[in-house]
Amino acid sequence: MTYFIWAIIVNVTLSLIGLVYRLVKGPSVPDRVIALDSIGVSIISLVGLFSIFIKTSFYLDIILLLAILSFIGTVAFSKFIEKGEIIERDNSR
Amino acid sequence: MTILANILIVLTISFGAIFIMVTAIGLIRLPDVYSRSHAASKSATLGVMSILIGVFLHFWLIEDHFNPRILLGILFLFITGPVGGHVIARAAYFSGVKAWKGTVKDELKPEYERKMKEASIKEKE
Repeated sequence: MTYFIWAIIVNVTLSLIGLVYRLVKGPSVPDRVIALDSIGVSIISLVGLFSIFIKTSFYLDIILLLAILSFIGTVAFSKFIEKGEIIERDNSR
Repeated sequence: MTILANILIVLTISFGAIFIMVTAIGLIRLPDVYSRSHAASKSATLGVMSILIGVFLHFWLIEDHFNPRILLGILFLFITGPVGGHVIARAAYFSGVKAWKGTVKDELKPEYERKMKEASIKEKE
């Protein structure tokens, strides 16, 4: 079981290197944001596998935190790309 | 019983790892933003959900520790993954990223041009 978890961790880390390649090279800004989103997802699965590997369940809170941070980062970046500002101020009210 | 639980965990985690790998290959090989977002949002969500189900089964069946936080994380990822993909593809279209030259059909283009014409008329008035 330990060797199996090692193999899966190596597999996910290799995928992470591929995503970092897209993050560095990506021709446009939305490419890089998509790569960042996928990197967040891969890091979530690495946290789960690592907590199996060292047999503790204290790290599982990080999964929720990383999921929320990754989603908020994606939404903020896309609003910035589309409109040029993140929080719209409406002064007419 | 432990062997059966181990077989279940190994199957779910291998399934998820294969999908994470497919995500990386798709992001490297596909030609433009829209197809890349298609690869990233769907297969990455399925892969991480499957890996987290494997982690949940491991802590429940082998270490006797029912952990509802992982289930909450799976639900959150299931809701937010496709929403994030949609939002970033929409932002890419409206900020003017060109599609790949082999694209066959662009159904949003006439609607977008009509909206832009209406906005320019309104600005003149």
